[in-house]
Amino acid sequence: MSFWKNNFLYLAKIIFLSILDALAVWSATILFTEHKYIFLTILIVVTAIINFIYLSKKAYPLRYIFPGTFFMILLVVYPIFYTVYVSFTNYGTGHILSKDQVIEQLENRYYLPGDSQDFSYEAFKLPNEKEYAILLNDKQGNLYLAINQNIEEINAGDPRLRDPDGDGTIDQVKNYKRLSRGDLLKNLSTLQNLEIPFNDNILKMKSLNAFSLYRQQYKYVASEDKILDIKNNVEYFPKKGSFASSEGEKLLPGFRTFLGWENYLTLLTDERVQGPFLRVFLWTFEWAILSVVTTFALGLFMAILLNDESLRFKKIYRVILILPYALPAFISVLIWRGLLNTEVGVVNQILQTLSLDTIPWLQSVFWSRFALIVINLWLGFPYMMLISLGALQSIPNDLYEAAAIDGATGWQRFKNITLPLILVSIGPLLISSFAFNFNNFNVIYLFNEGGPPIVGAQTPAGGTDILISYTYRLSFESGRGADFGLASAVSIIIFMITAVITWFNFKYTGALEEVKENV
Amino acid sequence: MYRRQDKKIKLLKHLIIWIVIIFALFPLVWTLSAALNPANTLINQKLIPTNANFDNFKYLFNNEQHPFLIWLWNSVKISFITATIAVSMTALAAYPFSRFKFRGRRKGLFVILLIQIFPQMLAMVAIYLLFLNIQEVLPAFGLNTHPAIITIYLGGAIGVNTWLMKGYLDTIPTSLEEAAYIDGASKFQAFYKIILPLARPILAVLFVLQFIATYSEYILASIILNSNEKYTLAVGLHLFISDMYANRWGVFSAAALIGAIPIVLLFMLVQKYIVHGLIGGAVKG
Repeated sequence: MSFWKNNFLYLAKIIFLSILDALAVWSATILFTEHKYIFLTILIVVTAIINFIYLSKKAYPLRYIFPGTFFMILLVVYPIFYTVYVSFTNYGTGHILSKDQVIEQLENRYYLPGDSQDFSYEAFKLPNEKEYAILLNDKQGNLYLAINQNIEEINAGDPRLRDPDGDGTIDQVKNYKRLSRGDLLKNLSTLQNLEIPFNDNILKMKSLNAFSLYRQQYKYVASEDKILDIKNNVEYFPKKGSFASSEGEKLLPGFRTFLGWENYLTLLTDERVQGPFLRVFLWTFEWAILSVVTTFALGLFMAILLNDESLRFKKIYRVILILPYALPAFISVLIWRGLLNTEVGVVNQILQTLSLDTIPWLQSVFWSRFALIVINLWLGFPYMMLISLGALQSIPNDLYEAAAIDGATGWQRFKNITLPLILVSIGPLLISSFAFNFNNFNVIYLFNEGGPPIVGAQTPAGGTDILISYTYRLSFESGRGADFGLASAVSIIIFMITAVITWFNFKYTGALEEVKENV
Repeated sequence: MYRRQDKKIKLLKHLIIWIVIIFALFPLVWTLSAALNPANTLINQKLIPTNANFDNFKYLFNNEQHPFLIWLWNSVKISFITATIAVSMTALAAYPFSRFKFRGRRKGLFVILLIQIFPQMLAMVAIYLLFLNIQEVLPAFGLNTHPAIITIYLGGAIGVNTWLMKGYLDTIPTSLEEAAYIDGASKFQAFYKIILPLARPILAVLFVLQFIATYSEYILASIILNSNEKYTLAVGLHLFISDMYANRWGVFSAAALIGAIPIVLLFMLVQKYIVHGLIGGAVKG
């Protein structure tokens, strides 16, 4: 009994590892047969690491750390590196496949040459299965039998051709039964897709009455890295992710390829992209700064009002004022969007009853931005109020008493004591808040999907888009298809800005030194 | 004289606070009014609806085209599973950083600090493409599955939580474990039976924060999930209401209330920790 109790954890571990390894072996065989060698390597390495960590005494602390870091590496670290890679490629709609996949697709395209030879045919089918045998006649008396992609010339007396009722038409080929005209129509969709290789060409159904010889249209010449169009006798060379002729004609689809700095250059130099991108870039900063300043101003102001021992209803006020912050932001923003609806929204209705002009909250860039700042003020001031209240309580009272003796006015006390001391203690939180609003996708996107649109922009950039919503729309919303490469380039720019803000924050607070000392 | 002026200032303070309270409650009151208003439209909405009833709520629960209850359930399920696993993994990860001496400990902590600075959503394109590829091999973990979105959230949840947890564990004296070792406990037993129960407050706070953060997440869920019965509340509600304010306002308001109230209650439980600056910006703000 006590043996089981003492060794329970050890046993559990062994059982867990056995199941894990069994699963890994099973997955590995599947991956191997499907030729997914990259996934296979990752699987083997990860499984080996897990076994090492949980069996070796040396790796003891890693047993605790591993589960969390595994997810972090897979879903934060790896995606960051992958984003860097994608930003240097043309990955996106029209360039999804690899070059090999595109070549394979092109080489599977056939055309019907003008001098093509027709074959009359009869089709036979295995009962209850989608297996066919085709008996072909080239009209010069030669017979061919095709079963499962294999075609051979036969003579009329071949023993496989059976005619049990002796009426001259063949009723059966091996076990395959002849298809009547009606059955033929039922099986048409499958028959139309049959491709029987024949002397470097392909036999395909041309019409209900005939098969015909089709010729492969494109051939890849590996030594010269080119695609040859046999039909039109044109050469296509790979250029920026597509096979293109000397006249600039491109074959579809394109493939993924490495572009170098092109996506970044597009953002900075392509006139139709650069203008809107710069607008988005500047507004992102304006947005983040205005958000921090307005929420901090109102939050601190309310905190000073509430930081009064003798104020009545103080606790109730506090709870009510926190409410906007307690609501999930996505719900609040959608509510605001309704209230500010230009045609039917409550705010415009109130303006109307006061006989004022209604405001195009969602249609004008200025008013959209204005509304966003107000909404974010509503969402964010309670947070600033909470942290300011905490900071206010830590300011020693004798500072104010000394100031009072010196005859300082209320404003002077605020300017020379309260504000500097508050800024010291919550400065880092303000920088974090800046970084947060810099990427505050929910508010921007849920309010107006980044709109109203900028007229004449080639990429989907709206008047209130910030960099992160611009990235999102480039990848997942654009009517012109997804441009993962360009979107990743924008992501990398945001990464760099975030890194700079953080570096600034650490420098400002000396947090790094603190970390180094305390760990 | 002095007294009277003091009273005037007090009155002014109350007045200003009330103005801000009106600002804070303005959208909430209108939402409540719309939820109870059977007209179901923004047009000519009155603050106090005539014939207030619960028609909007009934409609909400019986709408097959927009399965609100399924979205809500999806959100709660995903948030609960994410928060539970994330807190467990965080507690495990933080423990050795707080207690054991091993090579790479400082560097490990530092790397975690650096990684958690970058919001996960910045890599949304890469995450999408990753799951697009996984889908070919393992459809149960591919796009439009809940395991996929939970895994993504777990990846993003570890960094900052590990730091908060480690900070808390550092305040628990090591003498407790030493006593346990003398009684013959293994290292893991000491962690599981002595330290974890003592760390319950931080576990609860991190659980609630993670729950709220997951519940409110929109961008990654909207990329990964793409069918009606898989949506979370954030994605479903956005699709339900965009450009339909004129004729779905009442139902939407009812949904907003039901969706928000549990989160508001959870939030009120942990808000005092925000004052301590402990969780600055951990959820939002």
